[in-house]
Amino acid sequence: MNSLNVIFKRELASYFATPLAYIFIVIFLVLSAVFTFYLGGFYEGGQADLVPFFNFHPWLYLFLVPAVAMRLWAEERKSGTIELLMTLPVSRADMVLGKFLAAWVFVGIALLLTFPIIITVNYLGDPDNGAIFTGYLGSWLLAGGYLAIGSCMSALTRNQVIAFILSVVACFVFIVSGFPLVLDLFRGWAPQWLLDAIASLSFLIRFDAISKGVLDLRDLLYFISLMVAWLVATAIVIDLKKAD
Amino acid sequence: MIKINSLTKRFGEHVAVDNLSFEVRPGEVLGFLGPNGAGKSTTMKMLTGFLAPDGGSASICGFDIRTQTLQAQRQMGYLPEGAPCYGDMRVKGFLEFIAQVRGLSGADRRRQVDRAVEQLQLQGVLHQTIDTLSKGFKRRVGLAQAILHDPRVLILDEPTDGLDPNQKHQVRGLIQQLASDSNKIVVISTHILEEVSAVCTRAVVIARGRLLADGTPDELEARSRYHQAVTLLLQQPVDTAALLALPGVSGVEVAREGHEVTVLAEPGAVIFPAVGEHARQQQWQVKELSVERGRLDEVFRSLTAEEAA
Repeated sequence: MNSLNVIFKRELASYFATPLAYIFIVIFLVLSAVFTFYLGGFYEGGQADLVPFFNFHPWLYLFLVPAVAMRLWAEERKSGTIELLMTLPVSRADMVLGKFLAAWVFVGIALLLTFPIIITVNYLGDPDNGAIFTGYLGSWLLAGGYLAIGSCMSALTRNQVIAFILSVVACFVFIVSGFPLVLDLFRGWAPQWLLDAIASLSFLIRFDAISKGVLDLRDLLYFISLMVAWLVATAIVIDLKKAD
Repeated sequence: MIKINSLTKRFGEHVAVDNLSFEVRPGEVLGFLGPNGAGKSTTMKMLTGFLAPDGGSASICGFDIRTQTLQAQRQMGYLPEGAPCYGDMRVKGFLEFIAQVRGLSGADRRRQVDRAVEQLQLQGVLHQTIDTLSKGFKRRVGLAQAILHDPRVLILDEPTDGLDPNQKHQVRGLIQQLASDSNKIVVISTHILEEVSAVCTRAVVIARGRLLADGTPDELEARSRYHQAVTLLLQQPVDTAALLALPGVSGVEVAREGHEVTVLAEPGAVIFPAVGEHARQQQWQVKELSVERGRLDEVFRSLTAEEAA
């Protein structure tokens, strides 16, 4: 537990040691405002809720979260510090989890900094703040899912650009897996249970429900088990590819 | 105590470490010698638990590196090749981080960090980010990191590679200082032979992953054909044919247009008195007369060249 904490703190601090953290936060805030107010039609909708705000998060995260995740392991490989880290008495689980949690908390901080929109919507109308809270939770879980995928992709390579591209593609697959675009490929030959399974993997369908304020235990479990699965995969990849 | 037993590592078809076995006892400073690509770093990576061996076993102070990895790693300090450090951290923050990972806390942590900082003279750069440091300082940060928890076993992969002569001298001084504690084990890999004579109590030579020689630097030097050879520096070139007739002389080598004559000794023979006497009788004008202990680089070359052939 101690070494998990130490790794977590070092990683989180390292985001803020470079301009990366500030650039990420500024871009995230600007883009989420642009999406909400211009593309989402926040004012035009006339609804006192944050649906137009959350609606764009899966797409916003698609590019921003892999940018955070890409350095997790690729940078350690590139600079050789992976050898230092892995010869310290730290268990594999503590390393993987510590790094992941630091990235997740970092994205969480960026997400919390969108709080002016809560103030705005409360000033303009009388929203359901419980639903807004659930929406934030869902958004953070969604980011966690993207990050876990990105962590695994980052472990695959020493090149951060490759890690970024792989993560975007993998996350995209998880977004569109509920779309007719993908399902039509399977429809006609695949059994129904497989279709349902593929559709149920989609971030979008799960996130849609949570962002509207409906917190289903199954959706929560979905995100958590998705993260666990990708983090286990990260640990396996690191063990297999240490020497490269 | 380090025990290495039939350690083997393959990368695809290439056998990097081939059935390597040896032991290192407390108090020893082991020089791990070999040409580039001999398997030195790979062996060290397996010893420190970074790479899993494909065969054989290794244990550190009784802890098996595969089954009790974390316990074994707690006994060790390790400087990986090139001394990688987190470049965006400050020196102080980095050392504090390592100390925390090593489970040091409170006054204990402060004391150990201060001690390492002092031993490596890092006081002046504590608040600089590691990326901005010179190569010598980076190496010292890497060494400070390795000795922070006062480990029983210190494994240093090419600690002086790429440093200037002053820095090399400093690092060697430090290794000697660390090794003065008779309960410690220090293993350094190098391809610089003067380093072995300077700091090591024992040298192990490997090439192509196999053990070629194991002994004290003196023993290795004794395997040189220059062991007990006598070198004369002369004002004028002389006729050296008569030297060959002296008892125990196995050969004569002439260099620098006859101004330098090296008389080789047969194994076990001491020829210095006879050669000196001969020079006096012939009234050679000798500027310098010296006995060689043996040339490690020559031993190294002949050992590793045999292997390559």
